Amino acid sequence: MSHAAIHDQHDDHHGAPKNFFQRWCMSTNHKDIGTLYLIFALTMFFIGGSFAMVIRAELFKPGLQLVQPYFFNEMTTMHALVMIFGAIMPAFVGLGNWMIPLMVGAPDMALPRMNNLSFWILPFAFALLLSTLFMPGGGPAGGWTMYPPLSLQSDSLAYVVFAIHLMGISSIMGAINIIATILNMRAPGMDLLKMPVFVWSWLITAFLLIAVMPVLAGAVTMLLTDKYFGTNFFNPGGGGDPVLYQHIFWFFGHPEVYIMILPAFGIISEVIPTFARKPIFGYKAMVFAIASIAFLSFIVWAHHMFAVGLPLGADIFFMYATMLIAVPTGVKVFNWVATMWGGSMTFETPMLFAVAFVILFTIGGFSGLMLALVPADFQYQDTYFVVAHFHYVLVTGALFAIISATYYWLPKWSGRMYSEFWGKMHFWNSVIWVNVLFFPQHFLGLAGMPRRIPDYNVAFANFNMISSIGGFLFGASQLIFLGVLIHGVFFSKKKATERVWEGAKGLEWTIPSPAPHHTFDVPPVIHDEELAHGNVNA
Amino acid sequence: MTSGGIRRSFAAWAGLALALFGGAAQAAPHPWQLNMERGASTWSQVPYHLNNISLGVCVVIGVLVFGAMFIAMFRFRKSRGAVAETWSHNTTLEIVWTTIPVLILIVLAYLATGGLTSWADTTGSQMTVKVTGYQWKWRYDYVSYEGKPIEKVGFMSKLDKLSDETRQLDSGLNPYAVKVGNENTYLLNVDKPLVVPINTKIRFLITGGDVIHSWWVPALGWKLDAIPGIINAAWTNIKTPGTYRGQCAELCGQDHGFMPIVVVAKSKADFAKWLAEQEARSGKTDKAPAAVATQAGSAAKTEQLAAVLPKVKQG
Repeated sequence: MSHAAIHDQHDDHHGAPKNFFQRWCMSTNHKDIGTLYLIFALTMFFIGGSFAMVIRAELFKPGLQLVQPYFFNEMTTMHALVMIFGAIMPAFVGLGNWMIPLMVGAPDMALPRMNNLSFWILPFAFALLLSTLFMPGGGPAGGWTMYPPLSLQSDSLAYVVFAIHLMGISSIMGAINIIATILNMRAPGMDLLKMPVFVWSWLITAFLLIAVMPVLAGAVTMLLTDKYFGTNFFNPGGGGDPVLYQHIFWFFGHPEVYIMILPAFGIISEVIPTFARKPIFGYKAMVFAIASIAFLSFIVWAHHMFAVGLPLGADIFFMYATMLIAVPTGVKVFNWVATMWGGSMTFETPMLFAVAFVILFTIGGFSGLMLALVPADFQYQDTYFVVAHFHYVLVTGALFAIISATYYWLPKWSGRMYSEFWGKMHFWNSVIWVNVLFFPQHFLGLAGMPRRIPDYNVAFANFNMISSIGGFLFGASQLIFLGVLIHGVFFSKKKATERVWEGAKGLEWTIPSPAPHHTFDVPPVIHDEELAHGNVNA
Repeated sequence: MTSGGIRRSFAAWAGLALALFGGAAQAAPHPWQLNMERGASTWSQVPYHLNNISLGVCVVIGVLVFGAMFIAMFRFRKSRGAVAETWSHNTTLEIVWTTIPVLILIVLAYLATGGLTSWADTTGSQMTVKVTGYQWKWRYDYVSYEGKPIEKVGFMSKLDKLSDETRQLDSGLNPYAVKVGNENTYLLNVDKPLVVPINTKIRFLITGGDVIHSWWVPALGWKLDAIPGIINAAWTNIKTPGTYRGQCAELCGQDHGFMPIVVVAKSKADFAKWLAEQEARSGKTDKAPAAVATQAGSAAKTEQLAAVLPKVKQG
């Protein structure tokens, strides 16, 4: 496999362009575009995080101290939109861009110019979205789900709708690119069932994206025409139905939830075997579980709507379908534990985040199972119990996986080792404060605190204050992350080796660190036993 | 599955659940409250027990899985000289840990389905109340009681004055000082509560007047969305007299956090007296009584609603 690396030497004559504008704005290179995606996601992570700080500051104690209720609603809405569409999704696309070609032995993405376009749409989409905060009527304040009729009362609806259209176009192009790359550009010998689990997870996620982003675009377009063009899709006064919107939205929304977690499953399935020095347990079961979860994601949407008054039969169907998801998800968790069992483990920062992912994501899965039970959901729905649930799966799930992946692959990207001490500082601060932040929210929800309220009865004061303290410190901990990244990219004196981690296997570890501008111009030769998950057929 | 069957199943678990989580009924949230309240209606036990049982199941699974993980992290450390093994699958094990969760899920699904079926059955109600959500208050219209239609008893119910003054930005007022008796009612009190009788199967017809709201009193065990153009139905049967507090549970605009719900449950005799008073008063004023409590805009809506009401009764 080493000849790929040797081959790269004579490619140096067309390295990265020296001109800044040419290199970053006109790039068609999967690595540079991946970097752009990751920097964009990090920026959005801090912007969305600052909105969260406003929310937690207002909720620090009962009574309104800082912001008006309408602005509070703008913050909750924008926090969700920015984190989902600006931070988590672009971060996964960035990781996919960087790593998928390296993991399957391809020289670049299949459609490099489209890759450039799909990234450069995003800054404009978010400029449009964030600009609404500075407009006279204010930004969207009806929640990221944009339920009509409430969302139709917003003056900034058109901006939000067009921003979402742009994000959707970007996501669909990104997904097409990833599918085309994985299906057409694999090196000879890299059969589908020999691909790393991360690549599998992205292949399946990309199909989900293509299936549901147009549905979201349709739903928000119907909002737009209801508000500005006199249609009555969701207006009961004209024969429409507000619940129709919720069905369409969640037909997008639930697969969307898995779009934000399946690549995380892939990342964890790469990191744990590396640091356990043992192949992933049940490779085929892992791939099949991801595919099952993706399929089930299309038939569970109404579990977000148990309180809208669905017919009994629908409640029962969606409850059963939702509970079924626990089975493949359980298989994944058991397989990660089984991968660790019998290994030879070390706990560098990526592994710490991966281990925390398995435990904390599972806690989010548990509350998910509880939420699936319709009679119990009649109590949980729209309370802080739900807020706790989805932050466990999205922050300690998706985000922790992204952070784990960043520490895992950063030395490959930058050619320098990040500071392990500060990485661990970042980990321990994050994992402690994130639990102080979100665990008490379970109690608040069970005690009856609704979500999306700027003020509350004094009975909820204690846990809200604890949660806010956790929130501030979790937010501050991410500044450590920023510091580690800047140091690890620009200043670290410690050079990374080719393999970086002792137990690392797979094609991406056969090229030099930092990865040269162009890799695998000639396809590498695949040796099954050198793949991350071992020889599957053995 | 009968609701009797589900109650028996729950009874079997109740001892364990009680031992684990305590069981005092709560009418309003209290500081440091950790778990869902048991509720005060005949049905509110269902979500309470389902919550406790499913939580118990999750805790047991969690202890096993995380336990195995921590043992692995301790035993199979490189620093302790562990050498990595090379196996990467075990079909028996994989079948076992696929099958066991399925069996657990079947039990949970059985319990949840029984509880859900009993919730969905609104037949045989002795009283009907129409609930309409507005930005940002509730309207209650009494439709019928013990087979007899009720004429012109309906009113708006909105956040009490003291909470409303206290909750303004920089009001300088202390939320802890908003009290009724010993109970702190900040943002959980209204000017005019919904009054209902105990030991009566009450059917609620819930709808929205502008945007979607959600009518939720935790002590009754459920919430149901108030959606314009749709009339949702649910029922309750409250066992003990008392004051039960809740809040709007669907984001409905800037004052979503400030439209609480208060249900006062009275004995049948007290309720009959209260109802007679209300009917007498509405006869005197002739117009909808809500006009007294709220501004002119709401009064106009009240009249529209009064026109809609007879249709609802037949439906």
